[in-house]
Amino acid sequence: MNQFVNNAQALRLHIPEPQCRPGDAPDFGALRLPPAGGLPRPGFTADESTLRHLPYALIRVLDDDDAAVGEWRPNLGLERLCEGLRAMMLTRAFDEAMQRAQRKGKASFFIKSTGEEAVAVAQAYALDARDMLFPSYRQQGLLIARGWPIEQMMCQILSNSGDQLKGRQLPTMYSAREAGVFSLSGNLGTQFPQAVGWAMASALRGDTRIAASWVGDGTTAEADFHHALTFASVYRAPVILNVVNNQWAISSFAGIAGGERATFAARAIGYGMAGLRVDGNDFLAVHAATQWAAERARANAGATLIELYTYRAAAHSTSDDPSAYRPREEAAQWPLGDPIERLKRHLIRCEAWSESRQQALQQEVDEQVRAALRQAESLGVIGDTRIERDSLFDDVYKTLPAHLQAQREQLRKEG
Amino acid sequence: MPVMNMIQAINSALDVMLERDDDVVVFGEDVGYFGGVFRATAGLQQKYGRMRVFDTPIAEGGIVATAIGMGAYGLRPVTEIQFADYIYPAFDQLVSEAARLRYRSGGEFWAPLTVRAPCGGGIYGGPTHSQSPESLFTHVCGLKTVIPSTPYDAKGLLIAAIEDDDPVIFFEPKRLYNGPFDGHHDRPVTPWSKHAASEVPDGHYAIPLGKAAVVRPGSEVTVLAYGTMVHVALAAVHESGVDAEVIDLRTLMPLDIDGIAASVARTGRCVIVHEATRTSGFGAELMAVVQERCFWNLQAPIERVTGWDVPYPHALEWDYFPGPDRVAAALKRAMETS
Repeated sequence: MNQFVNNAQALRLHIPEPQCRPGDAPDFGALRLPPAGGLPRPGFTADESTLRHLPYALIRVLDDDDAAVGEWRPNLGLERLCEGLRAMMLTRAFDEAMQRAQRKGKASFFIKSTGEEAVAVAQAYALDARDMLFPSYRQQGLLIARGWPIEQMMCQILSNSGDQLKGRQLPTMYSAREAGVFSLSGNLGTQFPQAVGWAMASALRGDTRIAASWVGDGTTAEADFHHALTFASVYRAPVILNVVNNQWAISSFAGIAGGERATFAARAIGYGMAGLRVDGNDFLAVHAATQWAAERARANAGATLIELYTYRAAAHSTSDDPSAYRPREEAAQWPLGDPIERLKRHLIRCEAWSESRQQALQQEVDEQVRAALRQAESLGVIGDTRIERDSLFDDVYKTLPAHLQAQREQLRKEG
Repeated sequence: MPVMNMIQAINSALDVMLERDDDVVVFGEDVGYFGGVFRATAGLQQKYGRMRVFDTPIAEGGIVATAIGMGAYGLRPVTEIQFADYIYPAFDQLVSEAARLRYRSGGEFWAPLTVRAPCGGGIYGGPTHSQSPESLFTHVCGLKTVIPSTPYDAKGLLIAAIEDDDPVIFFEPKRLYNGPFDGHHDRPVTPWSKHAASEVPDGHYAIPLGKAAVVRPGSEVTVLAYGTMVHVALAAVHESGVDAEVIDLRTLMPLDIDGIAASVARTGRCVIVHEATRTSGFGAELMAVVQERCFWNLQAPIERVTGWDVPYPHALEWDYFPGPDRVAAALKRAMETS
C-alpha cells in the first residue's frame, strides 16, 4: 500500500532578492570582511585537501592604513607598482573616452570596467607575457597591461578600417593573437572550457605556457563554467579560472547565480580544485593570488579557481541604466574601495608617489587617450567605417567556397 | 587490397593521421582504453599512448570546447560524440564558437577540429540514438558537414576532414558500419566484403570535401542521396527498373552544386532522399538549389523522400524509415509526370 505524509506544510520557493533596491540606502553591513594580512599563504603545491578554507576566506594585503601586510604580500618592486597604477589609470581613461565616443554616436556599444581595473592589470602582471589569456568583455586592462596599442582597441570599438577584425565583432570583443589574447565571444562563458583545452594542449605538448580565463559571477551558472572545472580538474590542466564577482550580472545580483549560500570560489571544492577568494580591488592581493595559482599550474599541481571579489561601479554596458535596479550610491560605498585610489595611497605611504605626480599622470594618460582616439577616428567610425565590402565573405572558411564566391558576385552586382 | 567495413576504415583513417601528424589527438567518451562503443578507436590508445588518444568526461559541450582550445593552440583534435543525438549540448560551442572563430577574429584564430558522430537509425535506437541532425549544421556558415556511404569514402573523407583547417562535422551512418544496408530490414545482412568499396588502401589518401560522386550513371532521373540512403536509393532504382542517375553527395557543406545541376539539367527530373525529418531538412535546400539552377530543364516536380516529421520511433522505426518502396514510389511519380 502507498504511504502518504500527513499534514505536510505547503511548499515555498525561494526567489533571491538583493538587500537594497533603488530608493534604499546602500547597506553592506552583512559583508564579513576579515582584516588584511591575517591569512597564511600555503605553499603553491599544497594538497587541495588542506586548502578548503580558502574559498571562504578573503586574501587581503592592503590594510586600512594602506600598508601591505601579511604572508600574501607579493614581491613587487615599487617601480612595478607605479607601472601598474599607470596601466589602471590608462584603462580608466580609455573607458571614459570610449564611453563618450559611444554617446557621440561614433561606436554602437561599449563596456566599461570601472572599479575592476586591478583584476585585469594585476593579473596580467602576475602572468608570463607568453601565457594565453581567454578574457571576458570587462578585462580590457589585460590588453592595456600587456602593452597592446590602445589605438588598435579603439579601431575595434569604432569598427573601422583600422580594425584588424575587419569590423565584424561587437565593440569590446577584442582579439589580439600577438598579445596572447584570445578572440572574445559575445556568448557568456564559452571561453572558459576553451582555455582549459588550450592548457591541456600546452601540457600535452610539454610546453611551459599556461592559460587563464575570466567569467563573471552570473556566468558561473552556465554549463560551460562547469565543463571548464570538470576538465581542468580531471586532467589537472595548467589553467587559472577566474570568476570576477562584481555583484551584478546586468540587473541580477549575485544571489541569482547561486551566490547566497556559498562563495563562487567554493565551487572549486566539489571539483577537488584549489579555490582562492581575493579582494579584487586590492592590486597587491590580486597579484599575489594569481601568482600563487600560476606557480601551482606551472608545477603541474593543477588548476585554481579564483574569485575576485569586487563591485561593478559602472553600468553593465552603454545599453544599461543601473539606477533602475540598484541604489545610485552603492558603488561609492563599496567597502573595499576603489583599486586605483587604494594603490595610489599605498604608493604615497611608501613615499614612491605623490598627489602631484598623480595629477600629472592623469593628464598624461588623458592626453595619450585623446591622441590615440584622434588617430583611430581618422580611420572611420560606425556608420562610416570604410571597411572593404568584399571582406564580408572572407574568413568564413579558410578558402572561399563556390557558393560564397557566387554570393560575393551578387553583392558586387546588385548591392 | 585490404577489405574493411566502415568501422575498420574509420579506425584506419585515425591510425594513418595519428601516425602522420603529431598534432592529431583523438578523444571522446569511451574512446581511449575501450576503443569506443562502436570500436572506431579500438587499439589506438595502445598504439599511440594516452597523450594522443584518451577518454573524456560525459560532457559533449566540454569535449568540443576543449577541442576548440586545443585547435587554437595548434593541435588538430578529432573528437567523437558517441551518438549524433548527443551533440546538442555541444551545439553552442559548434555554432557560436568553432564556426565563427576565424571570422570573428579576422583570421587570427581558427579551430581545425573534426567532430565524428554516428547518425541515423535502423538499429532500434529509438528517439535518442537514431537521429540525423545534419541540416542543423549545414545551416551554420563556417562549418563543413560530411556524411560518407562506404568504407572507402569514409576513410578518404575522414582524412580530408582531419587535414582541413575548418571545423568539420563528420556524421557516420551507423547502420552502414557493418554493411551496405539497402533498407530491406527483413532480409539477411549483406557484409561490406561483398561490396567493391570495401577495398580500402592501408595508407594515406584523401577524398576532397565538396565533391559528390555519381554512384550509378543514368539518363531518366537524378536521385540525390547521402549516407544510408545511397544504398536504399540504389535498391529502389534496381527494383523499379528506372534508368536513374544516383548521386552520393558525400559532403553537404560545401555542396557540389555544379555536379548536381549538371546531372539534373541532363535528366530533367530529380528525386531527393534523406533519412532525417522532412520540414527544413537538407532536402529543402537541395530542392531550392535544383529549382534555382535547373527550373527550365525540369519535366516534373522535384520529389523528396524523407523520414516523417515525427521523433524517430522505436517499435515503428521501419514505418518511419524511408525505405526502397517509398523511394520507388517517388521515382514512379517523377517518371509519370510529363
